[in-house]
Amino acid sequence: MAEISSKYPQYTHDYHLVGSDKTETTLLEEMRQPAWTVFNNIGLPTARRGNEKWKYTDVRPIANKTFVYAPNVSIDRGLELKSLENFTPNSDDWINLVFIDGVYQPRANKKILDSVEVSTLHEALENHEELVKKYLGREADYSEDGFTALNTAFIEDGAFVLASESSEENTVVNLVFLTSGQVSDCVTYPRVLLIAQPGSHLSVIENYVSLCESSSLTNSVTEIYVEENATIKHYRICLEKAHGFHVGVSRVCQEADSTFISASFALGAAIGRNDFHVLLDGEGANCELSGLYLTLNDQHQDNFISIDHAKPNGTSRLFYKGILDGSSKAVFGGNVIVRKNAQKTDAQQTDKNLLLSDSAEIDSKPSLLIYADDVVCGHGATAGHIDEDTLFYMRSRGLDAETASRILIHAFAAEILDKVDLLPLGEFLNNIYDEYIPSATLSFGSVQ
Amino acid sequence: MVNQAISPLLQIVDLCVSVEDQQILKGVNLTVNAGEVHAIMGPNGSGKSTLANSLAGRPEYSVVSGEVLYRGEDLLALEPEDRARRGLFLAFQYPMELPGVRAWQFLKAAVDAKRQHNGEEEMSAREFDQFLKDKVSQVDIDPELSRRNVNEGFSGGEKKRNEILQMAMLEPDLALLDETDSGLDIDALRIVSEGVNKLRNPSNAVVLVTHYQRILNYITPDFVHVLVDGRIVRSGGADLAHELEEKGYDWIREMVS
Amino acid sequence: MSTQKIISRNTSSDDLASDYKWGFTIDIEEDAAPKGLNEDIVRLISAKKEEPEWLLEWRLKAFRHWMRQNFEEPSWAHLSHPVIDFQDIHYYAAPKTKEDGPKSLDEVDPELIEAFNKLGIPLDEQKKMTGVAVDAVLDSVSVATTYQDMLEKSGIIFCSMSEAVKNHPELVRKYLGSVVPYTDNFYASLNSAVFSDGSFAYIPKGVRCPIELMTYFRINAEESGQFERTLIVAEEASYVSYLEGCTAPMRKSTQLHAAVVELIALDDAEIKYSTLQNWFPGDKEGVGGVYNFVTKRGKAAGRNSKISWTQVETGSAITWKYPSVVLQGDNSVGEFYSVALVNNYQQADTGTKMIHIGKNTKSTIVAKGISAGKAENTYRGLVKINASANGAKNFTQCDSLLIGDQCGAHTVPYIEVKNPTAQMEHEATTSKVSDDQLFYCQQRGIGVEDAHYMIINGFCRGIFQELPFEFAMEASQLLKVSLEGTVG
Repeated sequence: MAEISSKYPQYTHDYHLVGSDKTETTLLEEMRQPAWTVFNNIGLPTARRGNEKWKYTDVRPIANKTFVYAPNVSIDRGLELKSLENFTPNSDDWINLVFIDGVYQPRANKKILDSVEVSTLHEALENHEELVKKYLGREADYSEDGFTALNTAFIEDGAFVLASESSEENTVVNLVFLTSGQVSDCVTYPRVLLIAQPGSHLSVIENYVSLCESSSLTNSVTEIYVEENATIKHYRICLEKAHGFHVGVSRVCQEADSTFISASFALGAAIGRNDFHVLLDGEGANCELSGLYLTLNDQHQDNFISIDHAKPNGTSRLFYKGILDGSSKAVFGGNVIVRKNAQKTDAQQTDKNLLLSDSAEIDSKPSLLIYADDVVCGHGATAGHIDEDTLFYMRSRGLDAETASRILIHAFAAEILDKVDLLPLGEFLNNIYDEYIPSATLSFGSVQ
Repeated sequence: MVNQAISPLLQIVDLCVSVEDQQILKGVNLTVNAGEVHAIMGPNGSGKSTLANSLAGRPEYSVVSGEVLYRGEDLLALEPEDRARRGLFLAFQYPMELPGVRAWQFLKAAVDAKRQHNGEEEMSAREFDQFLKDKVSQVDIDPELSRRNVNEGFSGGEKKRNEILQMAMLEPDLALLDETDSGLDIDALRIVSEGVNKLRNPSNAVVLVTHYQRILNYITPDFVHVLVDGRIVRSGGADLAHELEEKGYDWIREMVS
Repeated sequence: MSTQKIISRNTSSDDLASDYKWGFTIDIEEDAAPKGLNEDIVRLISAKKEEPEWLLEWRLKAFRHWMRQNFEEPSWAHLSHPVIDFQDIHYYAAPKTKEDGPKSLDEVDPELIEAFNKLGIPLDEQKKMTGVAVDAVLDSVSVATTYQDMLEKSGIIFCSMSEAVKNHPELVRKYLGSVVPYTDNFYASLNSAVFSDGSFAYIPKGVRCPIELMTYFRINAEESGQFERTLIVAEEASYVSYLEGCTAPMRKSTQLHAAVVELIALDDAEIKYSTLQNWFPGDKEGVGGVYNFVTKRGKAAGRNSKISWTQVETGSAITWKYPSVVLQGDNSVGEFYSVALVNNYQQADTGTKMIHIGKNTKSTIVAKGISAGKAENTYRGLVKINASANGAKNFTQCDSLLIGDQCGAHTVPYIEVKNPTAQMEHEATTSKVSDDQLFYCQQRGIGVEDAHYMIINGFCRGIFQELPFEFAMEASQLLKVSLEGTVG
């Protein structure tokens, strides 16, 4: 049994309340206990020396804070679902699954298809126990990862998506995890399990949105299994508030000839971490990960992205871009691994950054670890400000400096935004960036 | 020289070649004697380049069956470099770039390898310099090309001209020109053709692989062969090329089917 | 964790199968301190060298700092090796010479002179290398320095560190530890406590050093750690090109080498530092070899100063080395050009750090890694652009070449930018010698093995070009010898 942790008393307190008021499902309980033990042993990754995975991000502000486990607080979660449309992308054609403060909102479901099942983990345990048993936690290893351990120790419910062979790519699943702000200093542990069966197609959006003006922590874990010949298009949207902390862990496992295309958008967190790992575990798998991070004021965004080529003939493209303003800091830790037998791998990794203020900082570490000789691998990284010559060219055509630079910043972001091929999502993201980028441009003007 | 004149320089008998398990050449027969120029023509995908590359011993091209005798010797048993040292030269359709490798160093290594094979001394640096200079002016090539890295950053035309310079340096007995004319403007085509003509003599032979008749206005062939679907379907003199130019490859396809 | 000790393996036979042609040993009487390290040993070293009190104090501070690290070596590098037993090493070994040391070459042990002759480094006045002044260092002790008289005429000081401490204490005291403080890292602390000798060069204001300065390092003694300390100071508007060569005999036991090099370039000064590192890499089975943990750093302190590192690393069982430049002066320039080749069981984790502090500072990094056999090669480099470094620029290019499918090639760049006007670019590629390139060479009559060398040499050309001519030839030769039997 879990011992009392003196270091994290609040988590200990909350842990013992998880599921205590429900008819417990043993599978989840069985997962929680060992994870809790590991969390107690390793804690959160606060070490500042020899901690290569967190080299540029100090998590002590998160570790030192006491959070309240939101689902334990009984409040009225009757937030008008209609108002969700103000904070999240939406379309009548999408299948929605909504959690508010960690609690499932059944009223949000509007659409049901035979080819794609979207339910809570609880429902999945009734209908697909074997699948959940087989996949839940398989790739989300927590033995050396305190945040994943903590999430697993608090698995109570979550989102379950199962795409079968007859599914179509224009099917969109929209998962919403909203922190309402009704509970101060709250923590939620969103959990997603997505299984794309052989030959299936699906687009899926994960939304992590916070309306919480006080501090909050979103500690999410997503597992995605893309089986043979399946194709998944994935979007991860993270919109936190100024005092929000977000640690998102995504684990993807791809089988032979599968395709996984993902774009991540991060905005707003005091400390945000996008920990994204893809394992190419079958021959001929194809993976494209892109991302756009915009940091303002004193925000901190850490992207920790890795692609592990374990089998031959895989291709991967890792392409992240960052726009940094104020005294914000962003981190790009990219890691492409090509294992010994993963011959004929073609992997490219790029990180480009635009620094708009003289106190912003980018720390970029695009690594390659290569153990096979017949491969084409490369990476590139750039950091700089808006090109003066281009700016001058535009001004010589009559544009003022602010307009010109805003156009250039937009153009910089567009390379990633254009990868979104769901119209309502694209519009939603463009509006969000429109809203944020002008403020960035103003401070850029002061550098001139 | 006398011995070489007795047997044909190159004799290809029923050659079948496949690339990545797909059979491209399906029984090619061809005899080339010293002093002759042969043009191999054919539509795209007919196997022209496969023929040139398999004669040079390119690893991806596997000989399924057939025989190739080069001066009476089994050519197919030789490593690519041994074929080269015996006087077989392939001008590549797409010459490779060798980053950081100086053309001078590369050419000297090639010339010396051939000389050593023939029991001759390696050239001294000074001797080689002069030799290179002579050849550069003989084939009318920008001397700057020989000072750069092999083909690195060369334009398509420069690469082709560089192939002709290499050919001049190595003085082959059998030169295989693989679509050397493709992608050349009219001036480059003239320079390349003149280079080839200057190198022709009674003891060597040229096999010209081409899609178009155009280059044959500059290099007059003794024989023209038409390759369709991996077989030589028709052979004739220089006028066959003109006929092809007029009537197109469909005419040949219809004739053989 | 392994308990195997790397320093004291059986050394009874010398039957190591290797193509390492620098592997002979010489029989010279050595004066060695007992194994192990404590304050008494530090005092002994200092006393043997008749050092002033301030230097002993500095060594002791370094030693105490090192002890506080509790034998915890840095662990972030992509390297694995048995635990080093730091108490099983001799920290002082010197060739026994006459009481007061040799006054001229006639007094130097003829065996020693012969040893350097074998390496192609004649020390004899009549035979000495033209255009290169050589400081020959055997087991961390300077044996002889050529051309000293000639250099003195232009005010250049080029001598062993021990001599510099005796004859130019004010210079040594001013600059020693000013770039690499004894607290810098585990190995730098150790070196500061026990360094035995090394080279010292001082180029006065406005002087362009007319010849290349070279130190040739040779490890001979068994079970001794090697701890040289090199210090080069280039005064305003001066220039020096400095070369460093290293070899060691074949031993079944591994040898620890932990050197520190400090460079200081003042206004408008330029230092060009070239290394051919060919310490014994161990045999084909990975037995023996030098463990090379080196801290090299230059401070481009003055305006418009320039420090350029060029290294060709083919030796050592383990290489841990990041020649760095602190770009402090406005408009200063830092360069790092590197070829690191590993074969068999060698492991290298090497790269650079470019720390931009001054305005309009510029750095260039070109690193070429070649991996063969079962070896592991890592480029690890930091480009840091501080908030003060307006207009700073960096360009980094890292290329890896793999030979065979049993080796590893890794690239780990760290890019930290705190200034929006800075521009940095990083590019990296990993590839092998392509079959098409090989066939092209073969079609021109060049054999497979020669074609490989030619293409690999071409891959390294940009780096070799940065070396002085004789060194470039030697580097190309080294590459070939190191790769023998792995290609073709």
